[in-house]
Amino acid sequence: MAAEIYLNVAVSGILTGLVYGLMAVGLSVIFGVVRVVNFAHGEMMTIAMYLAIVLFNGFGLDPLIMVVPLAAVLFALGYAMQAGIINPFITRPEHSQFILLVAIALVIVNVLLLIFGPDARNVQTPYSFDSFVVGPLIIDATKAYAGAATLAITAALFGFFRFAALGKAIRACADNYTGALVVGLNVKHLYALTFSLGAACVGAAGSMLVLLVDVTPALGPALTLLAFIIVITGGLGSMPGAVVGGVLIGVTEAMAGLFFTPSAKSMFSFALLVLVLLFRPQGILGKRLS
Amino acid sequence: MMARLLDGVAGRGLALLAGLLAVLLVVPWVANDYVLTVLIIVFYSAYTGQAWNVMMGFAGQLSLGHAIYVGLGAYAAAALYVHFGVAPWLGLAAAIAIAAACGAVIGFLAFRFGVGGVYFAILTIAFAEFARIGFDHFRWVGASSGFFLPVANYTRNDLWNLRGDPTMFYYVMLALTVVAFALCHVLLKSRVGYYWQAIREDEVAARSLGIDTFRYKMYAIVLSAGMTAVAGVFFAFYYNNLFPEQVFHISRSIELILGPIIGGIGTLFGPLVGALLLTGLSEAMQELLTALGLDVPGAKQVFYGLCLLVVVMALPGGVWPWLAGKLGVTGPRS
Repeated sequence: MAAEIYLNVAVSGILTGLVYGLMAVGLSVIFGVVRVVNFAHGEMMTIAMYLAIVLFNGFGLDPLIMVVPLAAVLFALGYAMQAGIINPFITRPEHSQFILLVAIALVIVNVLLLIFGPDARNVQTPYSFDSFVVGPLIIDATKAYAGAATLAITAALFGFFRFAALGKAIRACADNYTGALVVGLNVKHLYALTFSLGAACVGAAGSMLVLLVDVTPALGPALTLLAFIIVITGGLGSMPGAVVGGVLIGVTEAMAGLFFTPSAKSMFSFALLVLVLLFRPQGILGKRLS
Repeated sequence: MMARLLDGVAGRGLALLAGLLAVLLVVPWVANDYVLTVLIIVFYSAYTGQAWNVMMGFAGQLSLGHAIYVGLGAYAAAALYVHFGVAPWLGLAAAIAIAAACGAVIGFLAFRFGVGGVYFAILTIAFAEFARIGFDHFRWVGASSGFFLPVANYTRNDLWNLRGDPTMFYYVMLALTVVAFALCHVLLKSRVGYYWQAIREDEVAARSLGIDTFRYKMYAIVLSAGMTAVAGVFFAFYYNNLFPEQVFHISRSIELILGPIIGGIGTLFGPLVGALLLTGLSEAMQELLTALGLDVPGAKQVFYGLCLLVVVMALPGGVWPWLAGKLGVTGPRS
């Protein structure tokens, strides 16, 4: 009996972790190409989550259906941010980029606070309490749908970067900035597209996460930190690493909540992060940076 | 010592500095408690900014988790005072020792294993967050429900136990700021300071010149942590309450470093100018929004964030280098 509880918690952790993983894929894509650490990542995610709630409450649109439209909205937002604000900062020192994105994050959190207030909000769908029974496992239907959608989106993104001409061009920018300029690629446009793709991941992940957790404006910074932990654990700049890291953190937090107290669960993620940074700084699946 | 302190300071800059200090010394006789309280916040952020600047501005190591040293210092001195009746000036020694030891551990782990840049910054966040959640469950110091210092009705200022009115705290914080400023000035012109700057500019080149970069980076983090812990002790005895969610929170670490970055990283006056600008901006915003009847939660931070965006986009090197040029007092790096 006891073993089944652990198994159930582990599966639940894996599925939640997949959604976290998609968010982290966005951060990883942006860092891997643009070399900017997006300190406003979680805050952008809360924008998507609030949009999903407004669309659900106002028009009855299911967040799972809105995954693609919201990804498109965040895609546009990401393009505007990169092309309009962040691009001049590409060549500036890290601390300068950091302050810029912290300022953006500050504005996002507090605009959301002005519009929606500090109360926690969530979405109750008709299938909120459904579950699938697979042998000894009881799998929450919402988490199963979200996990499956995450896998599909990540696979599409992998395919795009591996096979599409545009994806290859973006990878060329990441590999060699000067080389990309020499062969005539429009690097500024490609950087903006990359940031948009990262933002689109966040839009998709946000519209699914709204089904799993309550959202408040203060959730943004917490999600940003979570995304950092995941990408560094998995390997900054590695897409499979971000997914693996997300699942690992999801399971770690779920297990820590079961064995200890739920309020201390993030401590285990941070401890995991410290261990990874010390013994494998490039992350589990990352390549050694020179 | 005195000669070294005054070394390389332009006459005009020295006169300005002496005038400023004289004005600050007599402020409590003319200003009300509100002005004093605001100035205490300015000095507090100038001091902590100066401490952080030792690590980032001088030695080039980006720490985004300085709240951990503030928090450890605050909790150490407060716990000694509440549980054992140890006076804050003695508790200060323990606070500095604990924070410096913590800095040494973080520095040792990071620098020994070659963790640098963004990775180092995120490691420091991780330690601070770890401490925040740890203290949330640390019952001896009140866990998440907070740790309180006894606030008795005092009839006179008790400097030894740091119990008193804003005027006393004003002078204590002013003294700390002046000492930190002088210390950084001396350090910047010392052998260690030049080694730090060499490491900041190009670590590989510094090592190839025979500088033990590991050792000097350790000096920077230990010194910076110890200095920051002093501010933590002040924080505990000034506010009389400590909550892990506030003291260790990442937004404290960010607030702490905004001043020196806005003011001008690696400069002596940067933290001071940045603290003055940001605190002034924050207070002015509060007044303005209250006057306009727009005082709703979040409004102030939105404008604050927008101002920050404008400053960081318009003056990438910080306000002080630009201001120093306008005033004609010193070169950009002083």
